[in-house]
Amino acid sequence: MAVLVQFAIGLIFGLGLIVSGMSNPAKVLNFLDLGGIPAGTWDASLAFVMAGAVAVTFIGFNRVLKRARPVFAERFYLPTRGDIDVRIIAGPAIFGIGWGLAGFCPGPALTALGFGSVSAVIFAAAMFVGMVLARFIAHLPSARVVASADSLET
Amino acid sequence: MIATPFTPMASLLGGALIGVSAVLLMWANGRIAGVSGIAARLFPPYEDGEFAGRLAFVAGLVAAPVLILLVTGRLPAQTIAAGPTVLIVAGLLTGFGSVWGSGCTSGHGVCGLSRLSARSLVA
Repeated sequence: MAVLVQFAIGLIFGLGLIVSGMSNPAKVLNFLDLGGIPAGTWDASLAFVMAGAVAVTFIGFNRVLKRARPVFAERFYLPTRGDIDVRIIAGPAIFGIGWGLAGFCPGPALTALGFGSVSAVIFAAAMFVGMVLARFIAHLPSARVVASADSLET
Repeated sequence: MIATPFTPMASLLGGALIGVSAVLLMWANGRIAGVSGIAARLFPPYEDGEFAGRLAFVAGLVAAPVLILLVTGRLPAQTIAAGPTVLIVAGLLTGFGSVWGSGCTSGHGVCGLSRLSARSLVA
């Protein structure tokens, strides 16, 4: 049952990505290209995606987190770290370069697999390699001293 | 640069659906709907027993365009300008960066800012 629900939730997420336009790399790149503002080619749509998502999540999280526990789990698993370290700055910077190069971030890349494009398969395969590499480095004994075990929460 | 139309209403609606999905996941299993975290944990090292649920979530993501195709008979525009080399480099950077930064930037935006997290604002 829990697995079926997770499938449905992934499906809604994917539909949101497609309806919003985020599954189209050209649209993402036109949003990231701020040089398009004076040129008149800037596509500001993605700001509306964030606005819609944050508005719903802000209200929804407030209500859901008032419950004693989730339906299928013992407790809520919320990121507990509040500190700002090198990784929280370097990670998104690296991510941003990759995002700006191809116009894909992890969610849309996975949804793009369902479009049946070879480009999406190439990107997703490379993305998984990058993810595994980052987790491997993060789990090295030397890294554990600096970063606590819960640092990959989110 | 390939021109794309400005679609505020569709994007707002799509964003709201993403929000609904994030709220439902928190309601169902108490976890953050960060795709980078969910996808990355499909690979070892395994820290918990949530593998099946994560796989189901990713399967749902992949199934979304198939559902749209079945219902409407066509798929929305998807233009990928990048060639194979750029796709590989971009994929590596995106995958590495999203995990290294404890979540993809957009995930921080949706799930983190909604909880007023300082870490997410930085990200």
